[in-house]
Amino acid sequence: MKILVGLKHVPDTETKVKVADDGVSLVEAGIKFVMSPYDEYAVEEALKLKEAAGEGEVLLVCAGPESATATLRQGLAMGADRAVLIQDPRFDRADGLVRASALASVATQESPDLVLLGKQGVGTDESQTVPMLGELLDLPHVSAVGTLEIVDGRFTAHREIEGAVEVMEGSLPAILGCEKGLNEPRYASLKGIMQAKKKTIDVRSAADAGIEDGALGEGKMVVWEKLDLPAPRSGARILEGEIDDQVVELVRCLREEEKVI
Amino acid sequence: MGANVLVFAERREGSLKRPALEALSAARSAADILGGSVVVLALGSGAAAHAEELGKHGADRLLTAEAPWLDMYVPEAYAATLAAAAGDVDAGLVLVPATSMGKDMAPRVAAALKTGMLSDVTDLEASADGTLRCTRPVFSGKANAIVAIPAARPAVASLRPNVFPVKETGGGAAETGSVEPALAEDKVRVRAVRLEKPAEAELDVAEASVIVSGGRGIKGAENFKLIRELAEPLGAAVGASRAVVDAGWIAHSHQVGQTGKVVSPNLYIACGISGAIQHLAGMSSSKVIVAINKDPEAPIFKIADYGIVGDLFEVVPKLAEAVRNLNS
Ligand SMILES: Cc1cc2nc3c(=O)[nH]c(=O)nc-3n(C[C@H](O)[C@H](O)[C@H](O)COP(=O)(O)OP(=O)(O)OC[C@H]3O[C@@H](n4cnc5c(N)ncnc54)[C@H](O)[C@@H]3O)c2cc1C
Ligand SMILES: Nc1ncnc2c1ncn2[C@@H]1O[C@H](COP(=O)(O)O)[C@@H](O)[C@H]1O
Repeated sequence: MKILVGLKHVPDTETKVKVADDGVSLVEAGIKFVMSPYDEYAVEEALKLKEAAGEGEVLLVCAGPESATATLRQGLAMGADRAVLIQDPRFDRADGLVRASALASVATQESPDLVLLGKQGVGTDESQTVPMLGELLDLPHVSAVGTLEIVDGRFTAHREIEGAVEVMEGSLPAILGCEKGLNEPRYASLKGIMQAKKKTIDVRSAADAGIEDGALGEGKMVVWEKLDLPAPRSGARILEGEIDDQVVELVRCLREEEKVI
Repeated sequence: MGANVLVFAERREGSLKRPALEALSAARSAADILGGSVVVLALGSGAAAHAEELGKHGADRLLTAEAPWLDMYVPEAYAATLAAAAGDVDAGLVLVPATSMGKDMAPRVAAALKTGMLSDVTDLEASADGTLRCTRPVFSGKANAIVAIPAARPAVASLRPNVFPVKETGGGAAETGSVEPALAEDKVRVRAVRLEKPAEAELDVAEASVIVSGGRGIKGAENFKLIRELAEPLGAAVGASRAVVDAGWIAHSHQVGQTGKVVSPNLYIACGISGAIQHLAGMSSSKVIVAINKDPEAPIFKIADYGIVGDLFEVVPKLAEAVRNLNS
């Protein structure tokens, strides 16, 4: 079984957001970039499936800046076999369709049996790549998979929806987005880290992946105009007095002033 | 492409979901600016029965594909049919609720139309020249991005549930028409085969207008009954922090936050929750936030509107009683 895993290199979720002078970029100094947390579930699931099958290959793909090599190395250290970096710093806020096209170019070349992505790249939080890649490759997709079972080229995936679990059944090859709870991602072993250092990363340009330069620049369909920091809430009105009085006052405020109960 | 706005009306088990009406209301405002009409697509048997309700909320036309095999979610067929409808009605804008179904489907539609998409938006503005400009929370709610689709058509956006108000326009029943599913059933490679529901039907945090959440401060699984006793008279859903989900005190479906659900209720009551950034990512866009915590320094107080510093084991039952008295 050949499995392709997409990794996005993103600012750590603990990052303090500072907006640069242009009003829309992040001040990157001091930000730690990591593998998007949901992608760890994708790597783990791929490794588990390969181990269970006793054969196969796990191929990592990232469209990102040169520094994203670190994220690919992490995936290799966890146990993946190969990695491709489609190198261009502009992928971070590129159109979903462009990022999906970059992944599609590698998938078309490699014909994997399964593509595993995260359900969402944290930071930009778009959740677009899974369904878009499905459409571009003309393959079925399921986003936000919480449990996965594969038998004889068919899969059953559970996904949480409002008030229920939706059970999806389909056939491989498919594009699946991994949700928290799917598995417990492993830590890279020391041996894994040593081995990862020796694996080569196949670096390509956006043009190699069939992406026209304009699509990452002037010709972007989605334009990020501004990044606003939400006005800091002024802080809670801390109620005072005996607890009984506080409760009465709270209920009054919620009913009469806020009109929410 | 044109000035019309196409809306996907999500149905589950034959009922129209409220976020569909929210998207419809936003579509009506946009269509009035663009000078176009609002067309709704609804799938599955009995879909045409919603013509009146949709019309009342601003729909001019309702397109339906009533094939029974569309009663459950069929991602490829739903996406293909919406994409085809976008072409047929000459849509300049396609709006989909950012529910679990809409989030799964809308990007596939955007890819089929080779266009741009804005996900999970909390504000939407259409200009007369057709530009779509939206606000979307990014970096776990720590910032809002203003993003625009100036030229690509139709622009596609998914709308965060519970944010856009439902408005009645007083219109009559939408004019109905039927379309064929844009994909044959035997071409489908994935589909929903069933829904598994918890034994006791519970209100989902993603759909609730009031949420009462418990965190590690409640000390043990058995004390969630305190939270439930406050939730019940409020008609609220029960939420939770990741700490208590990881501890196994309650199911993951209740988790609010970055790796849980993102919610925007009218009222969010956090009981014994410290207010870690990842929790705030899921609830900071709630309209009114109440925090009950014994630690006056807990970060949750920085984003709450009202705070009670105290022991939740004392405060929560008293609050529940006060709310019950209000109701009786
Ligand atoms: C990648 C990542 C993703 C994450 N995703 C999420 C997520 O989706 N959702 C989420 O919630 N967390 C998430 N977390 C975890 C988050 O960082 C916090 O650990 C978690 O939110 C803490 O939960 P808590 O507030 O219940 O517990 P604590 O932080 O332990 O807080 C308990 C609070 O209860 C108060 N308390 C104790 N006893 C009482 C009492 N008797 N009366 C009143 N107050 C009392 C304490 O003062 C304290 O403030 C994530 C973390 C990471 C790293
Ligand atoms: N630039 C990228 N390179 C590789 N994989 C990506 C990239 N962007 C998104 N993905 C994959 O798609 C998933 C969903 O991302 P998104 O659509 O950005 O929320 C991520 O978790 C990754 O698995």
